[in-house]
Amino acid sequence: MTEQSPLWEVFVRARRGLSHTHVGSLHAPDAELALRNARDLYTRRQEGVSIWVVPASAITASSPDEKDAFFDPAADKVYRHPTFYEVPDGVAHL
Amino acid sequence: MRGPFDFALRLGDDALIAAQRLAEWSTRAPEMEEDIALANIALDQLGAARLLLTYAGELEGAGRDEDALAYLRDDREFRNCLLVELPNGDFAVTMAKLLFLSAYQLPLYTALSGCADERLAAIGAKARKESAYHLDHASLWVRRLGDGTAESHRRMQAAVDEIWPYSHEVFTPDPAAPVDPATLRADFDATVTGVLDEATLTLPRNAWVPSGGREGVHTEHLSYLLAEMQVLHRAHPGAKW
Repeated sequence: MTEQSPLWEVFVRARRGLSHTHVGSLHAPDAELALRNARDLYTRRQEGVSIWVVPASAITASSPDEKDAFFDPAADKVYRHPTFYEVPDGVAHL
Repeated sequence: MRGPFDFALRLGDDALIAAQRLAEWSTRAPEMEEDIALANIALDQLGAARLLLTYAGELEGAGRDEDALAYLRDDREFRNCLLVELPNGDFAVTMAKLLFLSAYQLPLYTALSGCADERLAAIGAKARKESAYHLDHASLWVRRLGDGTAESHRRMQAAVDEIWPYSHEVFTPDPAAPVDPATLRADFDATVTGVLDEATLTLPRNAWVPSGGREGVHTEHLSYLLAEMQVLHRAHPGAKW
């Protein structure tokens, strides 16, 4: 193990009904070991009931350079938020 | 001495010495992830050791608690098998030791969980899940190293050859014990043979069978381990965190 093992991103589901959330990353030579390592690193205090590991290299991420083009256009489009509806009387859970 | 006290003491000492040896890997494992995995396994073993030694102290009825048993006995009074006190060696040796230990502890704790003694049954029920993970971890590495590169195969085979003779001691028959260790042998053999086959490793022929740990006759390695483990408690009796 003189060469560093590949990097894996770890997602943990805290309990049934919630979705998997990214909790961090780790090094492991393969998927099976990545899962074991994730169990030891990220769920030792009962943080989860399910783990996903994904090779970091398999993730395509947006670039900070593209931030303006990606996200700014949404800034002035308030009509995309569902705030223009009248909430009918008597609807408790909306 | 025989009987329930001796039985609990043997199991507790196995777990305690295994924990101390595994803890030696802390900050020295090949990778940070493995460092934490080995420390977790060491803590599992320590947890089992505490329960077993506490119970052994109660069975003895001489007022010795877990600390008195762990810190205030000399090597000749320890009843652990030789397997757990052997030095860690390289990573392959550590994994061979963990494979043989967990392949024995898993059927042992499973059988204990159904035994008549309620305390031992509860300890077995808790510890067997931990043992299942230890076995999983060791098997995974033995398979990878055995079926890996030419060098990793060579070193893993050398480790198996070196450690295998020490795996027999724990199965010495004891029909009066809550679980007769001899009855666990078939399960152990099936597990180990399966893992070694997958790992393209060969089981050495059974020849030399070192033993003596159960009678307190240990290798020279144990007293050094105990010196390090016990020095604080002996220098500062009753020291607490």
